[in-house]
Amino acid sequence: MCGIVGLHLREPSLYPRLGELLTGMLCQVTERGPDSAGVAVYGDPRWSPAGHASVSVLTGAASAAEVAGVLRAALPGTGLDVVDAGQTLVVNAATGVDQLVAAVRTALPTAVVIGQGEDVAVLKGVGHPQVLAAEFGLAGAQGWQGVAHTRMATESAVTPAHCHPFSVGPDQCLVHNGSFANHATIRRELKAAGVEFDSDNDSEVGARFVAAQLAAGYDLEKSLKLLCERFDGFYTLLVATRDSFAVVRDAIACKPAVVAETPQWVAMASEYRALAGLPGVESARIFEPEPEEVYAWQR
Amino acid sequence: MAALSEVLVEPPVGVEPTTVDLSTADVRALNGALHAPRVAETSPRWRVLHPDGRHSIAVGLDAEVEVEVDGHVGYYCAGMNKAATVTINGNAGVGVAENMMSGTVRVRGNASQSAAATAHGGLLVVEGSAAARCGISMKGVDIVVGGDVGHMSAFMGQAGRLVVCGDAGDALGDSLYEARIYVQGSVKSLGADCVEKEMRAEHLAELAQLLTAAGMDADPAAFARFGSGRSLYNFHVDNASAY
Repeated sequence: MCGIVGLHLREPSLYPRLGELLTGMLCQVTERGPDSAGVAVYGDPRWSPAGHASVSVLTGAASAAEVAGVLRAALPGTGLDVVDAGQTLVVNAATGVDQLVAAVRTALPTAVVIGQGEDVAVLKGVGHPQVLAAEFGLAGAQGWQGVAHTRMATESAVTPAHCHPFSVGPDQCLVHNGSFANHATIRRELKAAGVEFDSDNDSEVGARFVAAQLAAGYDLEKSLKLLCERFDGFYTLLVATRDSFAVVRDAIACKPAVVAETPQWVAMASEYRALAGLPGVESARIFEPEPEEVYAWQR
Repeated sequence: MAALSEVLVEPPVGVEPTTVDLSTADVRALNGALHAPRVAETSPRWRVLHPDGRHSIAVGLDAEVEVEVDGHVGYYCAGMNKAATVTINGNAGVGVAENMMSGTVRVRGNASQSAAATAHGGLLVVEGSAAARCGISMKGVDIVVGGDVGHMSAFMGQAGRLVVCGDAGDALGDSLYEARIYVQGSVKSLGADCVEKEMRAEHLAELAQLLTAAGMDADPAAFARFGSGRSLYNFHVDNASAY
């Protein structure tokens, strides 16, 4: 069991409240996944300042100041900053995304890059989701879109690197409730095609598969249809890019999902209680996604 | 919880419902109060406010009380119900009225998956649609759904009646032992050993009675009946692929 929540805001006046609303949603699915949690936030000015690339990293013992020192030497004159978000550090600089990722990988060879892009920051940690939300400073976050996950691990270890969201392409993220049955086979195929993995988590295989389809030129909706054809197992997935927000469930549809939609926002959660605190939910269109049907919203 | 404690000390007798607001009271205390000895005499009517998707609201009731819940509920609402009448003015999460023994549960919105799972008796009415596995392993309950039901509904049903005024999803009545299924709309596909059966006079009569009990305005003659083909009761090697 895991908990998924996501909020895609349409109404700009709600952007300053993204973190506050997402924190409330995340806390409602704590019981579904109390061992660890993660969030992806799109458009927060602290983590992803305009005109800057942003890279989220798990560095283990290295402090924000140490990381900043090493990276500023590697990328002088880029206004590089490192934001401490607990177990995750978010690095941003006025440079290209690929350049920043390369600099991080070179300067910190043991660090795990868990998010990259111009708009997304990915924060992960092991611990109680409510404690982690405070550690991330999530309540103060702003932006147009957020995805969060509480994990009850079934397939692999409980570490920050095994947490969702899996963000393996620029400004992409995926969260998963369920377990893939044929992930080892698909992992082998992706590896043979040159894809590198950060963890042995089955959900990362889903994220890598979607990233490969997006890189091949398919849109998010088509990529998720291809995932349904290829993956066996149980899944409710919430997948986001900088301009898309999509939900899909497997054919059996035993992993729960509820969507609520208003002119101001689209929200998805494992359970309705995570949506109950959203402004205007009483007039929302509320429905459960049908099996193997891809629901996608564009910014 | 002050208001609720006062009710328990000085139980009001009469038509005014006892109101519990779950934005301030917790579900465990509500259920404890609903389980109190002689509750049907002391507080026969209850109104629950702000359920906000909380789980296990009004579970395990075993007295003739009426409970009205204003809003959407989470998992297992009215589970194990016996004798009580529970009305949900909203949607219900997974497993509404699961393992119900008797009484009536009415969902005015939609119900999530596994509604009335394993229920032995009573009546579940879903005025909207019910998701997958509605009536899974039903053991005697009557279920009337105003809209559609999802896939695998009445899976392994053993007894009772499932009435669907809309359409049924894939694999309806898969591996059915007994139980009678009535569908007014289309059936996407029938499950293993579920077959369409003749609608005889006694079936029209029982369907009319169920529709009336549920308050549904539908013509029994417009429904088709489905039931067990009874070919999977005993193992036969020729049926191995159907198991």
